[in-house]
Amino acid sequence: MDKIPKMKITILSAFLTLLLLMLGSCDSCQERKETVKEPALEEPGEPAYGDTIVVGSIGDASNLLPPLASDSASFDIIGLVYNGIVKYDKDLKIVGDLAESWDISPDGLEIIFHLRKGVKWHDGVEFTAEDVMFGYRKIIDPNTPTAYASSFEEVKEAEILDKYTFKVTYKEPFAPGLASWGNLVVLPQHLLEGEDITKSPLTRSPVGTGPYRFVEWKTGEKIVLEYNPDYFEGRPHIDRYLYRFIPEQATMFLELKAERIDEMGLTPLQYRRQTNSPDFLQKFNKYRYLSFGYTYLGYNLLEPKFQDIRVRHAISSAINKQDIVDGVLLGLGRVATGPFKPDTIWYNPEVKRYPYDPEKARALLEEAGWVDTDGDGILDKEGEPFSFTIITNQGNEQRKKSAEIIQRNLKEIGIEVKIHIIEWAAFINDFIDKKNFEAVILGWSLDPDPDQYDIWHSRKTKFKEFNFISYKNPEVDDLLVKARHTMDPEERRKYYFRFQEILAEEQPYTFLYVAESLPAIHSRFKGIEPAPAGIGYNFIEWYVPKHLQKYTK
Amino acid sequence: MLQYLSKRLLQMIPLLLGITIITFAVIRLAPGEPTDLQTQLNPKVTVEAWERLRAYYGLDKPLYRQYLDWLWRLLRLDFGRSFSQDNRKVIDKIAERLPITIGLNVLSMLLIISIAIPIGVLSATHQYSFFDKFTTVFVFIGFAIPTFWLALLLMILFGVNLGWLPISGLKSLDYESLSFLGMMTDRAKHLILPVFVAAFGGLAGFSRYTRSNMLEVIRQDYIMTAKAKGLSENRVVYKHALRNALLPVITILGLSVPSLIGGSVIFETIFAIPGMGQLFFHSVMSRDYPVIMGILVLGAVLTLLGNLLADICYGVVDPRIRLEGRKG
Amino acid sequence: MIKQREKSIFWSRLSRNKLALIGGVIVIILFLIALFAPWLSPYDSGKIDVTRILEPPSREHPLGTDELGRDVLSRMIWGSRISLAVGFVAVGILSIIGVLLGSLAGYYGGWIDSVIMRFVDIMLCFPTYFLILAVIAFVSPSIWAIMIVIGVFGWMGVARLIRAEILSLKEREFILAARSQGARDLRIIFRHILPNALSPVLVSAILGVAAAILTESALSFLGIGVQPPTPSWGNMLTAGKDNIDIAWWLSLYPGLAILITVLGYNLLGEGIRDALDPRLRD
Repeated sequence: MDKIPKMKITILSAFLTLLLLMLGSCDSCQERKETVKEPALEEPGEPAYGDTIVVGSIGDASNLLPPLASDSASFDIIGLVYNGIVKYDKDLKIVGDLAESWDISPDGLEIIFHLRKGVKWHDGVEFTAEDVMFGYRKIIDPNTPTAYASSFEEVKEAEILDKYTFKVTYKEPFAPGLASWGNLVVLPQHLLEGEDITKSPLTRSPVGTGPYRFVEWKTGEKIVLEYNPDYFEGRPHIDRYLYRFIPEQATMFLELKAERIDEMGLTPLQYRRQTNSPDFLQKFNKYRYLSFGYTYLGYNLLEPKFQDIRVRHAISSAINKQDIVDGVLLGLGRVATGPFKPDTIWYNPEVKRYPYDPEKARALLEEAGWVDTDGDGILDKEGEPFSFTIITNQGNEQRKKSAEIIQRNLKEIGIEVKIHIIEWAAFINDFIDKKNFEAVILGWSLDPDPDQYDIWHSRKTKFKEFNFISYKNPEVDDLLVKARHTMDPEERRKYYFRFQEILAEEQPYTFLYVAESLPAIHSRFKGIEPAPAGIGYNFIEWYVPKHLQKYTK
Repeated sequence: MLQYLSKRLLQMIPLLLGITIITFAVIRLAPGEPTDLQTQLNPKVTVEAWERLRAYYGLDKPLYRQYLDWLWRLLRLDFGRSFSQDNRKVIDKIAERLPITIGLNVLSMLLIISIAIPIGVLSATHQYSFFDKFTTVFVFIGFAIPTFWLALLLMILFGVNLGWLPISGLKSLDYESLSFLGMMTDRAKHLILPVFVAAFGGLAGFSRYTRSNMLEVIRQDYIMTAKAKGLSENRVVYKHALRNALLPVITILGLSVPSLIGGSVIFETIFAIPGMGQLFFHSVMSRDYPVIMGILVLGAVLTLLGNLLADICYGVVDPRIRLEGRKG
Repeated sequence: MIKQREKSIFWSRLSRNKLALIGGVIVIILFLIALFAPWLSPYDSGKIDVTRILEPPSREHPLGTDELGRDVLSRMIWGSRISLAVGFVAVGILSIIGVLLGSLAGYYGGWIDSVIMRFVDIMLCFPTYFLILAVIAFVSPSIWAIMIVIGVFGWMGVARLIRAEILSLKEREFILAARSQGARDLRIIFRHILPNALSPVLVSAILGVAAAILTESALSFLGIGVQPPTPSWGNMLTAGKDNIDIAWWLSLYPGLAILITVLGYNLLGEGIRDALDPRLRD
């Protein structure tokens, strides 16, 4: 994973990761075909209760109240303490979580959730539809500083039909609607009623309905959770979940090797080169699966030189994307061709591609009027040399290395690239929000629902909105609107296929790569079954056979 | 003494004011705004809402007003609330981390003194000897080696390869289940590497300072006289010279507080120690202005107090200073 | 106006100090490496080859290759320029500010002195490293920002030194004489006082270069040092630390380079200080 607090990567994409994060841990969105489990010594053992899992994280959590959280550390904890109304299962199908079932009206406008009966909050109070209503009201309350209000603003009306039945009515059919009722909107009303939720003690000591209860949070050090014996899906096998913060990647890896942490995300270099000793492979299992997100080079389309489609095509052809995948990811990922994850039903494999071809790039640039007239090795046009700056956020090793490779690639065809790496807050405020950049390397996390209205629609180009490259295409606008208001997946898919064709043709981004997630988990943990959703979906079924248990109090 | 103390405390007031002015200037003159963090998270924040937030934090007022408001709150020890998502009181956030940083720094300071002063004295009394040269190079290596690199090498050696010491953190995971003695040992084991790394870098300053003071004192007339009178070499050096050579070291002790606190960013990050340095760095990277300003002011005040303490010690040990204090 | 005799004493004392000589030699060699970087470096330091990442030292790449397949030796050689530049520019800036404020305070005395020295006291209270960190992160790290910020927050020691020197020189006969002849303040400061007060500044500048190189490497560790693809020893060491157990050459060489350089400057600086110090004359 990246070198910095994951928070920084996720903040901008928070909105998009919303559904994904709501529905459990970050692992809930991975792909089966790509999931490879490296062999380790398998020891037989009966499922048993007990032991502790120690998970290493580079960043501390910040806020454990779901609507207020936006970093992945917080969501790792929230995913175990809270439940949603629905969640994604291991095959990324939407299934009930706190809802036993639901009915959707034929016109797609109404959803009625039938909630589980007898579920208790960790303090013993019963969970009811009131809690859902309370959470919903809080999330659309303009005074709540949450990043997740937008899909709930499509709701026309929410009603409590009885203690265990909750009904929502949408303004018009809204395809991402059902999935949005994850664990952001279920809050314990009896603990939060009448309070300023931003100052609630629950921001630091959460009370949920989930498989684990909160025990303690030592800021900057660790968070401890303990199993919930009354969990409605059954008692989790692992007794304690200990989340340890280690701000330095190198230190964390040493702790892993010394077996003082049981799970962490590896970097490609660690995965390929540093974890292959028989000793390591006996102690740990390594997993790899394609992550739900991609990295791109985006062009500010308000810049005259990038408005010429030939220039964008030229740059896309001049960048050796395979080199980036090989050199930066060490092959642990693949070249991206569009904004959807390969091997999902939304992904269109038939789009135009831009294989590495510097000759073609030179020809295109010449056609666009960029020639090296003064012999300094840099192309120019009307006396102006072709030089631009790529910005990216500080702390992401992979983006930094990609920028260096791109810089080198473009130098070969006569374009001078400068790299400017900027601390996250300034990056967003002074550069992205103000559209004060020429080109940017950044990534989007995606969720299983394909809606990408906020990133590509031309109405989303205002201050602080996500279409900061100012992409405008009427057909794309139309497709995005139609797709999000279509409930039929087949029809939706057609819209998104066309949408991908247009993006591939126009290259408002040069799509760079989709990286793989590379967790390593101590081999005493059994029951881990990689699936399209990754590995975290069945955490409560992981166990350590009695004779292998390490932490016995 | 009391008079001296109150005079010193009075003198601190303009310094404190200056500290707040500089803190405020450094933070407010930097590009970007404190409301950034809250609004950037939220795609739904409109420009109007952003204006509201600005007003809430008083950012629409003229700079001098903002400063005075902030100062007035500081006077009531109100450091405000963190801008990060946890929205906690700045004073709480600092308070839970300050003891760790201070504790570590005190320990490494003690280690520095107990190693550096003997080195300094011996290399002065044996000037140009092998010992002198060896320790000179040794303490400078300590100064010159990048802290994080040394830390990492030691972690690999003692933590992974030899397995003698824990790698990072302040206590083991099973700390609570240990006996009292076990807890103490556990603590101590965790502290060995960070304290050593922090101290190694500070040896040079102190030992060199002690050495040159000592050299100077040895050459002074009264020491020469004492020697001439036939007092034994050791007695002269350790009884008379040492005392006078060590006096100025006390002042340096006070002055080195800020650099020690500053260095804590690095070793707290590499050793995963939840101290103030880590908090400061994290706050800087997320533009958590109230926390940044709180730590800067507090750090500076701590230094002031450190200096005051050093001066008082000095006064206690050296009668000349006490007199001066009374006169002035 | 150091007299000829004093000069020769200085050199004879310095040349007797072997450690200082070693330091001097290190410093000179580094200068030469930085100066002749284009000729010494065997490869283009930015040449990426993803098929050859993290190769151990070999005949072809004497110090191995880094995580993007670049030649480590070439990057070390070019990095020496960056590291020295950071050191020298930062120290240049802090010396100028320090000398200026220090001489104003020392020469004029009175309220000017009080104001400047209180300012010095205040600045000395801050953990300098925190101030540097905050400002670098806010203005976003570039090599210039790093040099300027280290300079702007590091001048206090120099100011104090200069002030003390000037206070002691001010009442000396040749100054009084110059003044009685009607020389203007500026002329007195620049012609008569500063040249005599500069030797301690020289020492602190030499030590300052070493400190600045260390500061840059610490900033690099935190990710806000000199930014890629520009190689500095600090950012090379940082990049190397993540692969320390499979590619020791990535961190060993920049680490040693920093160590030796800083050591060299310190030994030289200390040697000069001892040689200049009249109190330590035998």
